[in-house]
Amino acid sequence: MATSEVERRRGQLAALSIAAVVIMVGVPLWWRTTETYRAWLPVSQINELANMQLQLSADVEVVFARGTVTPEQQKKVPLTQTQDEEHTVDENTALRYRYEIRYRTATIMEEDALDQPTAAEADLSLHTLSESPCGSLVVYVIPESSSLLPEDMDVYIGQRRTALLRIGAQMRVGRTVEQLLAHLEPRIKQVLQVMSFSHTDITAALSDRVRLSPGNKESIADSMRAFKSSPGYEITFSLLNPDPKSHRLHWDIEGAVQTYIQPLLTKLAPVANFSLDSQTLYYAMLGVNPRFDSSSSAYTLNSDSLAHVINPVEARLGSNAASSNPVLNFLLYVPDAHHSPLYIHDNKKQEVPSNAFHSPRWGGIMVYNVNGFYRPEAVLPVDININMAKVMGVFLAQLRLLLGVQSSTAPPGFLMAPCGSTGLADWELDRLMWSRSVENVATATTTITSLAQLLDQIGNIVINDNIAEQVSSAVTSLQLAVAELEAGNLGFALQYSKEAIMASERAFFDPSLLHLLYFPDDQKFAIYIPLFLPMCVPILLSLLKIVSEARQKRREKQAKKD
Amino acid sequence: MKILTFFSLFSTFLSANSINVEENAGQFFSSGHTNNWAVLVCTSRFWFNYRHVANTLSVYRSVKRLGIPDSHIVLMLADDMACNHRNPKPATVFSHKNMELNVYGDDVEVDYRGYEVTVENFLRVLTGRLPPSTPRSKRLLSDDRSNILIYLTGHGGNGFLKFQDSEEISNVELADAFEQMWQKRRYNELLFIIDTCQGASMYERFYSPNLMALASSQVGEDSLSHQPDLAIGVHLMDRYTFYLLEFLEDIHPASKANMKDLFKVCPKSQCVSTPGHRTDLFLRDPGSALITDFFGSVRKVEITMETINLTDLIKEAEILYILSLHQVDPCCDKYCTFGH
Repeated sequence: MATSEVERRRGQLAALSIAAVVIMVGVPLWWRTTETYRAWLPVSQINELANMQLQLSADVEVVFARGTVTPEQQKKVPLTQTQDEEHTVDENTALRYRYEIRYRTATIMEEDALDQPTAAEADLSLHTLSESPCGSLVVYVIPESSSLLPEDMDVYIGQRRTALLRIGAQMRVGRTVEQLLAHLEPRIKQVLQVMSFSHTDITAALSDRVRLSPGNKESIADSMRAFKSSPGYEITFSLLNPDPKSHRLHWDIEGAVQTYIQPLLTKLAPVANFSLDSQTLYYAMLGVNPRFDSSSSAYTLNSDSLAHVINPVEARLGSNAASSNPVLNFLLYVPDAHHSPLYIHDNKKQEVPSNAFHSPRWGGIMVYNVNGFYRPEAVLPVDININMAKVMGVFLAQLRLLLGVQSSTAPPGFLMAPCGSTGLADWELDRLMWSRSVENVATATTTITSLAQLLDQIGNIVINDNIAEQVSSAVTSLQLAVAELEAGNLGFALQYSKEAIMASERAFFDPSLLHLLYFPDDQKFAIYIPLFLPMCVPILLSLLKIVSEARQKRREKQAKKD
Repeated sequence: MKILTFFSLFSTFLSANSINVEENAGQFFSSGHTNNWAVLVCTSRFWFNYRHVANTLSVYRSVKRLGIPDSHIVLMLADDMACNHRNPKPATVFSHKNMELNVYGDDVEVDYRGYEVTVENFLRVLTGRLPPSTPRSKRLLSDDRSNILIYLTGHGGNGFLKFQDSEEISNVELADAFEQMWQKRRYNELLFIIDTCQGASMYERFYSPNLMALASSQVGEDSLSHQPDLAIGVHLMDRYTFYLLEFLEDIHPASKANMKDLFKVCPKSQCVSTPGHRTDLFLRDPGSALITDFFGSVRKVEITMETINLTDLIKEAEILYILSLHQVDPCCDKYCTFGH
């Protein structure tokens, strides 16, 4: 009897100790070894960023030239004025535009500079005086009697960051400072919208984040045409020679790129990196047959057939296999001797002066006729030197359009200076930087928030340390970019926004974040039950037996007591 | 009276003309895409699955003919039928008996071949999570203005598609992959075509916007193959893709056929199975979506109206240089010249 008691005791102890080991050692071990490694992510900061409140600040200096304010009024003009404009785009995005306007009168040197016969020359001399920092503007208010601007124009927008604004006729006699400032305010706002940022531009830049119903046709075309913000672009210049037997073409592409294109790209260096290459393709035909127009005795391509030109050529263009940057292709097509001269007609059957067309987010094609350079009886093949200035003029204009340097139509009464020697005015660069910074910030916040959401939803994706690092650095850069935009430091804001975008893209597209394994719950049970059930059943049964025995003993004890 | 009728005719002609121009301009903006991509996947290996490779190559051929270049096509073939030891006509893949149409041709660029066609690689291509060493031709470099055509064929079942006879992709994973593409705005509109047994189950779980899906058979039905060729010894094509190819051969780059015509391809009398489609997630009306919006690559073009006069720029640079020599010094009376 005693041995069976001892046996039973031993059995109970064994069952209890096995249960204890399973629960206290086994279950935690199994939990730790099967959990996926997920590094810590700054989720609260990411959620804060999801609610985007952007503030864009622009500095404007308004300089009154001689004849616009009287000396008594000069003393009453306030030194600075801050104007705020708030817009709510949707429930997560709000924008605020802050304009800090400083008023002062012109210095003697500036008066001398403004004393030129035309606005263009005045602009040039004003440039030599001072350099405005990135993102700021100087508006010179000139009297109504000034002859710098033609009769119907009120504003001249210069090549750097200056504008000349002529006071209206109604401000001639007996006006107070308040009236003058009230008259100037909407006109300065208009200048700012052209030279800095306008609400339409900024909301277009937010298109990644906010899918707005598109406004008018021009804004849709603009948003479709320009490439999205990318840290780098590749530009390829191709010369298509379908008829090498007749034409031996020489183009000094390296020199042309150095002289005409490189200054623009150097100026755009804060926005993106550019890599350039060029090639010549022989026996490359256009995919469409041009029609012979007897009235002008030339071959014509009408606008409908232009759409079908690009595809057959694109197959032969090739691209840099190593990079994933967007490619801009610029093609120079020299028609063969039997189809020369070749002109492009628009949909009104008019000849296009540039003889070129471009395709949104792809590049441009220009047709260069060489039949005028040699006589019909010349010995073939003829050597032809291509006039690179003319060609690059067209390509530069197309490059500006494709990169998003908006050549939007100027409002009435505005006279724009032609762009400077680099092909890009300073204020156009500022505009591009504003919209790129906002676009980068918007894209980076969307990427980070969707990545956080994705990682939250799918429990078995492993989050490595390097991803957590990228996410944290993206969040820090985003916060800095937003702060710099608020402070008005455009250059730093763009830089931080670029860092934010690169870090967020690297984190989002990391190859390790692949959710391959889809584990529905029933499959999980199917895997674990055959492993754990056979082991757990005896333990559970013996535990139940112990409990029932203990209960029986207690009942017997109770019965004995009674 | 005559003048009145003539005038009314003339005015209607004018208004019709202007409507035409408006329509063309409207077409420009209605689809909202600037480039096209295609991801064509054949998931079966072994010689007796010849028809799946032929399916994929027929769609590849149509898509190339209608203008999408190789750089924008990701072609994944799980096995090599053209150079298979059992192919009596090497370097060819036929789609029609009596060897009428060689869909392999001499201009085929296969991006993922053989054992590279796995569920993992397919999902990596879709979501963009490829290792940095992947070359450009193996990537789907689409952006928010790309229309993508995705074509899958192979053996499938209710809710899954079999890859390489050893693994499968489920409809939930596919839907999640499309959602990740949408989150990163990697497509403007996406057309998903699947030719497998019970193909409709694969698009049941989609939940991202702007997706349109077609399948060759409903849940519970099998997709059948078309006809065997006795010389080659295998079935050459599946029925749905055979009739799809026939339909696409009539499409040319300027064609105005729309998606509603595509839904009518291969009715039950020809296909034996019932093809299905899903358009509830597609924001536009399918009748306004052209076939060439997905299968072709019609570029939008704009005439370049402005040019920059570069000869003037050179002169201006000279003027600026000369001006920089004459600096204004407050101490000087007038202009002083510095140096030089």
